[in-house]
Amino acid sequence: MNGRRIEEGVFQGLMIASTLIIFLTLGMIIATVVAEGLPALSLQMITQTPQGGYYLGKEGGVLNAILGSLFLAGGASLLALVMSLPVVLYLNVYSHPRSPLSRFTRFSLDVLWGVPSIVYGAFGFTLMIALGLKASLLAGILTVALLVLPIMCRAMDEVMRMSPPELAEASYSLGATRLETALHILSRQCLPGIVTAVLLAFGRGIGDAASVILTAGFTDALPTSLLRPAATLPLAVFFQLGTPIPEVRERAYASALILTLLILLISLLSRLLARKFTRHVVR
Amino acid sequence: MISFRLLKDRIARGGMLSVTLSVGVILFLVVAGLLVKSWPILSLKPLSSLLFSSAWRPNHGEFGFLPFLLGTIWVTAVAIVIAVPLCLLSAVYFSEYAPRLIRELSRPLVDVLAGIPSVVYGLWGVLVIVPLINGQIAPFFGSYSTGYCVLAGGAVLAIMIFPVIIHVSVEVFRSVPGEVREASLALGATRFQTVKFVVLRRALPGIIAAVVLGVSRAFGETMAVLMVAGNVPIIPRGIFDPAYPLPALIANNYGEMLSIPLYDSALLFASLVLFVVVIFFIVVSRLILKRIQARIE
Repeated sequence: MNGRRIEEGVFQGLMIASTLIIFLTLGMIIATVVAEGLPALSLQMITQTPQGGYYLGKEGGVLNAILGSLFLAGGASLLALVMSLPVVLYLNVYSHPRSPLSRFTRFSLDVLWGVPSIVYGAFGFTLMIALGLKASLLAGILTVALLVLPIMCRAMDEVMRMSPPELAEASYSLGATRLETALHILSRQCLPGIVTAVLLAFGRGIGDAASVILTAGFTDALPTSLLRPAATLPLAVFFQLGTPIPEVRERAYASALILTLLILLISLLSRLLARKFTRHVVR
Repeated sequence: MISFRLLKDRIARGGMLSVTLSVGVILFLVVAGLLVKSWPILSLKPLSSLLFSSAWRPNHGEFGFLPFLLGTIWVTAVAIVIAVPLCLLSAVYFSEYAPRLIRELSRPLVDVLAGIPSVVYGLWGVLVIVPLINGQIAPFFGSYSTGYCVLAGGAVLAIMIFPVIIHVSVEVFRSVPGEVREASLALGATRFQTVKFVVLRRALPGIIAAVVLGVSRAFGETMAVLMVAGNVPIIPRGIFDPAYPLPALIANNYGEMLSIPLYDSALLFASLVLFVVVIFFIVVSRLILKRIQARIE
């Protein structure tokens, strides 16, 4: 009788301890990045590009990487949205949910979702060479678009599947075609989900380094052309951390803080926007 | 004469279908692309010498991937050993014990952890884990380590797979019907006995799927591991030895790749190996989860 009580107590203690450890690790990661990054963060960091001798500790900032990352993630999210909206609309409006095509498409998206980003990087590299491109913003955008496509599709698909069937049926009974139902009813009903999916993909794209290391290159110049290399924040962190000079390493911490803040901002924004767009949603 | 509206509908249907089909073939396109590019090395060397030789001298045309494969397996194993008990205990807590308020917190916790970029995890590993191993943990076990080692890579990876394992296991626990718990409690079992004999037993396949998904994540994770694992191409003999996992090898050699003959082919072969292994894990876990989902419906 008593053994059961002791077992109960011990395991409850272990569970609470594990949960605490996980929460504390998260807190510690954010605290470390803030504590190390904040002292090195300055206006110069976010308004200037690297000047001469930047990597030896002289003047400059990482504006090239901030803009490069925003362009790259923005372009990739846009491209992925253009690709994934037709896919999820087709899966949810035109095709039967149990048809071989929709089952196969959902399964392959599930698999693609788990493919490591370095594999997309390697594939993007092959694609880039096949297309006759050099490491450039365009090659980076194509690669990251492939990486975020399954994330976006799955997120949107999950929301659209939740949409009540009566809504579509009401639309059909009024004589609307499937296309009209898809564009005017389903898309509007799922707008919060679509916005969340796009921002999720954007956040994922902006933080990924392994897929762009082979395809987007790195440069100190601002990204002005699709065909030139572009700097990205994760790579800026990685490269600056690799130097032995303390000032440059501190800038790596500051760049990591900028990146983390951007990502937290995006997830906050997605919550706010999702709430804002729910006014079109029929419950 | 069909109306303009119906025509638009037909055109849209065709367009969407073709986009859907092209997304469906991406998977095969990736396999084909990697296979074509790794063909030069596959046609020159037998598969067994590539996978099971430890001679890594690209300048002499020797490409043995064994140290990198074992490096990946070591860090992944350490990550799983650290992550699985912690994640399962806390997933049980979230789904069976926690008061409502804490239960609501599990979702944002998982989201934030999953959203942090891998470079930031890597940076944290360099700043916190590496000095800790170098200064405290390795000396405590009476050995020396620079801190850049299997354990550091495994620890950082463990944190990175927390969200996957917790998220999937909580969902799986939630799929166990409430009546079975009530039946067990009504028979006089304690809450933990209910968890142990009823919930965990029902949820076992799902837990396996969660762990397998975690393994697939850890296997392919690149940047964080690249930053803390040490990157020495030898076979690690213990957790305080440096390792050079496969993804780190691919990412680290983007510079030399095109100047040494066969090097690019070798690296794309490495990506292909990674891809095949990860896909195997994902397909296994998905099949298990699909079966569970079918049972609920």
